[in-house]
Amino acid sequence: MYEQFKARAEGVGAEVHRCKDREVALAFILQFLHKEGVADGPRSHAVWADGPFLRGMDPKPLTDAGLCFEINRGTAADARIGITQVEWALADTGTLVQDQTAVEQRLASSLIDIHIALLPTGNILPDKIALLTRINPRTSRYIAFITGPSRTADIERVLTIGVHGPERLVIVCVDDMGGAA
Amino acid sequence: MKKEFRDSIGRAVGNATLTGALGKFSEAYKVNRAKAYEGIDFEALRGTIAERKSHAAANLELMAETFARNAEALGTKVFRTNDPEKVKEYILKVARDNGVQSVVKSKSMATEEIHLNASLEKAGISVGETDLGEWIIQLAGQKPSHMVMPAIHMTKEEVADLFSKEVDERLENDIPRLVKVARKELRAKFLKADMGISGANIAVAETGSIVLVTNEGNARLVTTLPKVHVALVGIEKLVEKFDDVAPILTALPRSATAQLLTSYVSIITGPTPATDGSLKELHIVLMDNRRSEMACDPKFKQALQCIRCGSCLNVCPIFRLVGGHVFGSIYTGGIGTILTAWFEELQNSEDIQGLCIQCGNCKEVCPGKLDIPEMIMEIRRRLVMEKGHPLAQKAIFGIVNNRSLFHGMLRAASIAGKPFTSGGFIRHLPLFLSDLTDGRSLPAIAAEPFRDRFKKIKQAECKETAVFFAGCLIDFAYPEMGEALIKILNKAGIRVAFPEAQTCCGAPARYSGAYEVAGQNAVDNIKALLADKADYVVSACPTCTVALAHEFGDTLESLGQKEWLSQAKTLAEKTVDFSTLVKRLVDAGRLTLKEGQRLGAITYHDSCHLKRTLRATEPPRELLREAGYEVTEMFECDMCCGMGGSYSMKLPEISAPILQRKLHNIRETGAPIVAMDCPGCVMQIRGGFDQDKAGVEVKHTVELLAEQLEG
Repeated sequence: MYEQFKARAEGVGAEVHRCKDREVALAFILQFLHKEGVADGPRSHAVWADGPFLRGMDPKPLTDAGLCFEINRGTAADARIGITQVEWALADTGTLVQDQTAVEQRLASSLIDIHIALLPTGNILPDKIALLTRINPRTSRYIAFITGPSRTADIERVLTIGVHGPERLVIVCVDDMGGAA
Repeated sequence: MKKEFRDSIGRAVGNATLTGALGKFSEAYKVNRAKAYEGIDFEALRGTIAERKSHAAANLELMAETFARNAEALGTKVFRTNDPEKVKEYILKVARDNGVQSVVKSKSMATEEIHLNASLEKAGISVGETDLGEWIIQLAGQKPSHMVMPAIHMTKEEVADLFSKEVDERLENDIPRLVKVARKELRAKFLKADMGISGANIAVAETGSIVLVTNEGNARLVTTLPKVHVALVGIEKLVEKFDDVAPILTALPRSATAQLLTSYVSIITGPTPATDGSLKELHIVLMDNRRSEMACDPKFKQALQCIRCGSCLNVCPIFRLVGGHVFGSIYTGGIGTILTAWFEELQNSEDIQGLCIQCGNCKEVCPGKLDIPEMIMEIRRRLVMEKGHPLAQKAIFGIVNNRSLFHGMLRAASIAGKPFTSGGFIRHLPLFLSDLTDGRSLPAIAAEPFRDRFKKIKQAECKETAVFFAGCLIDFAYPEMGEALIKILNKAGIRVAFPEAQTCCGAPARYSGAYEVAGQNAVDNIKALLADKADYVVSACPTCTVALAHEFGDTLESLGQKEWLSQAKTLAEKTVDFSTLVKRLVDAGRLTLKEGQRLGAITYHDSCHLKRTLRATEPPRELLREAGYEVTEMFECDMCCGMGGSYSMKLPEISAPILQRKLHNIRETGAPIVAMDCPGCVMQIRGGFDQDKAGVEVKHTVELLAEQLEG
């Protein structure tokens, strides 16, 4: 399932990484932020929308690395990178699925340049039919499917990445969320 | 045909940017779409979609009511109306109540259908389209030329000019740079807007959800950043169950843009938190605008199965030449013609319905299983019922309906045509008729029609009989094709009968909406063809075969002439096209082609009716291979040649470039012969090569096979 998901997601321009547990994933993210020059300041900070991954984690080293957990229009619109945790993925189309009823989840994944999505590897489903039986729109009021970065071909049919949404989608699959998923 | 319409066609066909972009896209689309559907049973999928959507369409009132109830229970405000004016009033009221000064929109055809932007702007509200293509169109003050790709007709240079004016800075023609400019400009609009307006791709009755499908991510911002969200939904978007979302989401992106899934799909069910922590205001407007009337019309209810993917435009040989603007309305292409006739009025479709050449490509790919050509024919029929035929056409059909007069005139034409004839072709016609021979020669009318030659052919006694339906072209232009057919069938032990009372198959009249004429043709032919006891009724013209096998019954039923239906059915059951019959005879060992022949390369052109109605693509190819030809496939072998019966005479400016493309694809194979099963296609393609002097031989399969019989 993971291999198919990875191939499909990469096929539409997403970057897919796999980590064995939370610690490795965190190290990957911190290194990624460092490499991207994330620091405390406008247009260079990163926002992280609350999610199970963060539970019980010491925020100090994260805020030191330029991460902001306070998400609103201002911080999200100014951020270069946004991090959210998604619930599901679909192997057949390389899609991430998240209940984004909480507006912070939408802001942190739509206004930024780079979206980092954390995904429990075990939650990769074969397709949307498998998904639709697991989600309930009455309780999940804003269900978001995300497949690759934002794209357009509206000028001369030339595929161009990053119109209104993120220009990069970095998917971090975590095999063992340590019961946090 | 109105002069402005004719002029707009001329401008479109002459616009190299437009035809270049659309042509390239449609060629790539075919390949990419097939790839996107790999591993998916398309027929089963579209069967499910058609079933779910037609179920909803048959119960629109219940669907709308259920949707409203479920959405309102969650706090959505639902407004239902039939009247586009009321939609605009309602949205303006919501805007005023919320002190809205600026609106951002994600792409919505329904809002364009009712010209919502204009009414908002008149009220002093600024409206920003945020879909890149729509924004370009808005800046240019134009209408979208394609449902899914609104600005496909524009070049990057034109876009750079528009954007330069907007940001007051000279921009380069670099597409990624231009997209960045749009991101920056529109981001500011998003953050400032007080109201977001979207459409919906699907509306689910049982949950009160709307589904939005986009690639750019603008719908996510439109539905997230402003405090108020209004979704305008045509009621044809309603489905009953949440489960119905899956098949539509499987087909829509694949059919629209050959993607497995768009970058974003948002399923919104009730108001969600706004960015200030309060709950958003969510308004959903369910708009009828004659859709429920359509649902009650037996011929047009299927139109509500449309999922607005635009694939009918992408595969249309006409659309890729003229683009969307000649359609003059919001909805374009085949489906657009139908929606214009309903959402505006029937009269507004009078000119544009004539653009359809009835090739059937759209029907093959439609994920909602719409028979668009059939609905366009019905529009023709109703227009004729309402207004009658133009005088000249009426005169022609008057003649077609009188067999002896019609045939007398065709004979006279063989003499009258003489001054323009050379080598069996009419190369130039005088004055206004000269368009007909522009890029294509017409066949001279045969000096001796088939019906006269037939009497001189000696046939041995055989145990089986086939009635031959020649059709006008073989009878009067290509009698040698009829002779070849007799030679082949005789070899298989089948005597050929030719009832003299047979007349035009009625296709020209039917395709012009003149059902009365077509009905009379049907009755005359039923009488003539069933008079002899025969084992088969065979035709070497696919259009005629389709008339006999599929259309007589339908035409007569439309006219209420039920007394002929059972005989029409008998005739239909006996009717078979030439290649299918001969393939059967060869397989049964009744006919043998010369063994071990090496006849070299040949390419095969699939005629529209043979491929898409009669489904006979393999028999002619297999027969040609068995005869010793090596079949080299051409690019787009099953794309219409531009003949379309009288189409090539009504719209020569469209027919000619379609023919040129076909000639090019044939030449590219390097094969010295092109075969086909339709005398109409032979007329078009042979005529094209006559003026082109490429030396490619154009043959009906019947002529080629007659030369390769054993013994």
